[in-house]
Amino acid sequence: MNITIIDYGAGNIQSIKFAFQRIGIDPQLTDDPEIIKKAERVIFPGVGEASSAMRKLKATGLDTLIPKLTQPVLGICLGMQLMCNKSEEGNTKGLGIFDVDVKRFSNKVKVPQIGWNQISNLKTDLFEGISEEEYMYLVHSYYAPLCAETIATSHYELDYSSALRKNNFYGTQFHPEKSSLAGQKVLENFLKLKVQG
Amino acid sequence: MLTKRIIPCLDIKNGRTVKGVNFVDLRDAGDPVELAKIYAENGADELVFLDISATEERRKTLIDLVLRVAEQVNIPFTVGGGISSVEDVDLLLKSGADKVSINSSAVKNPQLINDLSAKFGSQCVVVAIDAKQINGQWKVHLVGGKVPTELDLFDWAKEVEQRGAGEILFTSMDNDGTKDGFANEALARLSTELNIPIIASGGAGKINHFTDTFKDGKADAALAASVFHFKEIEINDLKKELRDNGIAVRIPS
Repeated sequence: MNITIIDYGAGNIQSIKFAFQRIGIDPQLTDDPEIIKKAERVIFPGVGEASSAMRKLKATGLDTLIPKLTQPVLGICLGMQLMCNKSEEGNTKGLGIFDVDVKRFSNKVKVPQIGWNQISNLKTDLFEGISEEEYMYLVHSYYAPLCAETIATSHYELDYSSALRKNNFYGTQFHPEKSSLAGQKVLENFLKLKVQG
Repeated sequence: MLTKRIIPCLDIKNGRTVKGVNFVDLRDAGDPVELAKIYAENGADELVFLDISATEERRKTLIDLVLRVAEQVNIPFTVGGGISSVEDVDLLLKSGADKVSINSSAVKNPQLINDLSAKFGSQCVVVAIDAKQINGQWKVHLVGGKVPTELDLFDWAKEVEQRGAGEILFTSMDNDGTKDGFANEALARLSTELNIPIIASGGAGKINHFTDTFKDGKADAALAASVFHFKEIEINDLKKELRDNGIAVRIPS
């Protein structure tokens, strides 16, 4: 299968590439719009700060390309947050795919949240074969609140969206590539998703 | 619920594990990747690789190791030891490390913490602090605890947080190697006064030491080396015991 990881200089994308290689797939790393458009699956990663990541997307025109993609797209961590309307981090306008605004955890809890937390209320085929309350690895200071597009929830200070879906667009706040065998299963499920017409 | 993390630490010299390990079932017990895979399978939540090589080729050897770990291990890992520049960190993260740990270089050049968190995000910046008590005062030490500084542990920890560290790895030199338990009083004070996760290190000997450091020390994670390497404590057993004591841990299904 032809999988593309969008390489726009935002963080640890080697780990995502290696995670796919462990399940026998060799993804392509690129920022070339033509290659991204033709891919059967697109991974939109992101680690770091929202406004600088968004600037990098704009510099390459990827900010207009990504919302128009029609194949299954998976945003991971900051990638998922950038697919939302906006983020409190750097007061950043996002890609507007998910209709929700990203907020910062308050200082009632330690920020960032770092570690393994449970995912619950699982919906869609992305979580086929994954148990309720399975553990996934998360590292983040900002979160997407619950909304109509929530397909998994986690609890840290409050219940929030640990995964989102709208049409062909999926996003996970957790890092499937770092979440042991359970995370690997999510990546396998993403590859198996039926493409909608 | 966010779980407490168990973190085995591997000391690395010239790409090989340093301290003896007692893993008879390993093909090559000196290979950090083999050991890392076993720990990941046995329920470790993260791994730390601490490089203590001092050779000219150390950088290249370490990068090769990080690439191999990232290829083969499906849990997060931190790399520390001799990291002193933004370029060092850039290379390590690009090779697949999730976080880096800085220690002496942060004391010598605190601005490095700001620079790293601005460029890569605070989530990947762990500041390691070694300290021991001198006349009842916790003082920061450098070079593996050999060189004392004037810095007070708690003042330095707060400064490190303000400069953008995402986590603190606190090793008590008073407890390290004693197998007598973690420095829970100091840990609890760090955890209460700061708002970033604290990793406890130094003193692990028995399973109840971990229970104590999560309960009394309010630690977010606990790191240990020899008790795991010599199989004195199995991570699976440790986690079951922690769970039975009401501590949230991840037990892989």
